[in-house]
Amino acid sequence: MIALHMNHDTYDDNYIRGILNNVKTIAMVGASPVNVRPSYFAFKYLAQRGYDMIPVNPGQVGKSLMGKPFVASLADIDRPIDMIDIFRNSDAALQLVKDALTLNPLPKVIWMQLGVRNDEACALAEAAGLQVVMNRCPKIEYGRLSSEISWMGVNSRTLSSKRAPVPTQGMRLSLNRVSVGGGGTNAADRAAQLKDDKNNNA
Amino acid sequence: MTDRLPGFATLAIHAGAQPDPTTGARNTPIYQTTSFVFNDADHAASLFGLQSFGNIYTRLGNPTTAVLEERVAALEGGTAAVATASGHAAQVTALHQLLRPGDEFIAARKLYGGSINQFSHAFKSFGWNVVWADPDDVATFEQAVTPRTKAIFIESLANPSGSVTDIEAISAVARKAGVPLIVDNTLATPYLIRPIDHGADIVLHSLTKFLGGHGNSIGGIIVDAGTFDWSRDNKYPILSEPRPEYHGIKLQETFGNFAFAIACRVLGLRDLGAALSPFNAFLFLTGIETLPLRMQRHCDNAKAVAEWLSTHPAVNEVNYAGLTGNRYNNLARKYSPKGAGALFTFTLKGGYDAGVNLVSNLKLFSHLANIGDTRSLVIHPASTTHSQLTDEQKIQAGAGPDLVRLSIGLEDKEDLIADLDQALRA
Repeated sequence: MIALHMNHDTYDDNYIRGILNNVKTIAMVGASPVNVRPSYFAFKYLAQRGYDMIPVNPGQVGKSLMGKPFVASLADIDRPIDMIDIFRNSDAALQLVKDALTLNPLPKVIWMQLGVRNDEACALAEAAGLQVVMNRCPKIEYGRLSSEISWMGVNSRTLSSKRAPVPTQGMRLSLNRVSVGGGGTNAADRAAQLKDDKNNNA
Repeated sequence: MTDRLPGFATLAIHAGAQPDPTTGARNTPIYQTTSFVFNDADHAASLFGLQSFGNIYTRLGNPTTAVLEERVAALEGGTAAVATASGHAAQVTALHQLLRPGDEFIAARKLYGGSINQFSHAFKSFGWNVVWADPDDVATFEQAVTPRTKAIFIESLANPSGSVTDIEAISAVARKAGVPLIVDNTLATPYLIRPIDHGADIVLHSLTKFLGGHGNSIGGIIVDAGTFDWSRDNKYPILSEPRPEYHGIKLQETFGNFAFAIACRVLGLRDLGAALSPFNAFLFLTGIETLPLRMQRHCDNAKAVAEWLSTHPAVNEVNYAGLTGNRYNNLARKYSPKGAGALFTFTLKGGYDAGVNLVSNLKLFSHLANIGDTRSLVIHPASTTHSQLTDEQKIQAGAGPDLVRLSIGLEDKEDLIADLDQALRA
């Protein structure tokens, strides 16, 4: 059992909110130029919300994604990066974190995508003082905390009595709404519990 | 710092709603429009390709309806919801994402009669085969599971009997079978029972009843609990496999724990077309704001009327789970501690004729085929909805000749009791 710095089954909204409000430059490892892949969706959405996005994919060097040239690896990035968004399988995350920890300055956040979780990589990053998010999508979390995702009937788990800004393409939306339950839901708790049950029975 | 968790009544008023961005309108406006302009060609392509959140066409989604969807999802503790034109539309839209011709689903035998019809006949022509099980005997659900089983369907409080289903026990069967548990929570509403807390993977409602509460609109809703792993095996290809309609997107991979709701919207509403009217969504939102107050009053009135009827000399038996001694009373205390709902049945010593007389002599209770109105409602199934059956079939269907069903409204309970008293004497 790896000792993790914090609980990574559920996240407090303020933790996610703090990350998305503070990071500016995001390297997306495994970004795809194919426009039906989730990484393409997330890259485009985050770029439109004003983040400085850098696509990392050794198979795509020489091409660009929304005008941003692909780089082969984290070491090839020419500027400090705040967050690394890992769109690779869970096993690949450990080496990526090791690579990230050789950067100077260090990134502030390691974010592993929906379906990606690597507790060893997480522990390594946390030991170096980085914040870690696993098994979440920054597009979904940004859309949820700004309540933009409510257009799709999704439970944003936030409330606000303030007039919303008129959403236009490319604008940054306020994430500072009141969270309902600080991030967790009974459904999420139950999913975590089921996962624990499965692990214990395995 | 963790934010404070708002209570049910706060969510019933605020969840999903926010002052309008353009006008500042505090109440949710009715966006009575078919369609929404795109910023440019790229924005349009992003929306159609499911890359961006936004509005296209009211069959797929609408800003008024979206508030209703988020509100019900919040009240049920789900990840997302999709509103539909009726409760029946919610059922066909949800099951269309799960079943292929030749597949089976297990359903509780005690269901709303309209659902029994839909499952037995309309769904059969799609090649979806319903297998009936007894909600009072969990083993019958286990025995009904086959490799073709794709879902289990129950009602939390069952219509017309008002009986209480052991959701957790049946959830365990669904989990073991690797299929989602679908719970119709129409009669309970999330104020009384939150099925997701007890193991439901999908919750359905006829909004027409207690959620709307005022008998003014038809509608339904599908709530995704976000708990089911659709990609664990190849049983649910609509969620786990590339969708040709969307250039090969895999829905669960892309949308995570609200993928089922997205499927119901971008495939179900898009292709089956049973979208809710924005005007009806507005009426439901107004109704839901007072849901906690109304449901408690429904339950308190129902208990008072049931207790009074159970001592009346003309009455044989009152079937209300809220009464001590009722066979469902323990389940009601566990699952629905605030009250056992507004619906119950009772039998008359005078048989069929007494049922017909009662209905015709009531002055406040309305004789009609609906439930969950502010008004108290009555029906004598044997002379109406079930009149084509033989006496034996009527009894099997829980609609014997001497049985009367009440849906207790929000009037003064003394007036309801006085009306029943004069009608039973007449």
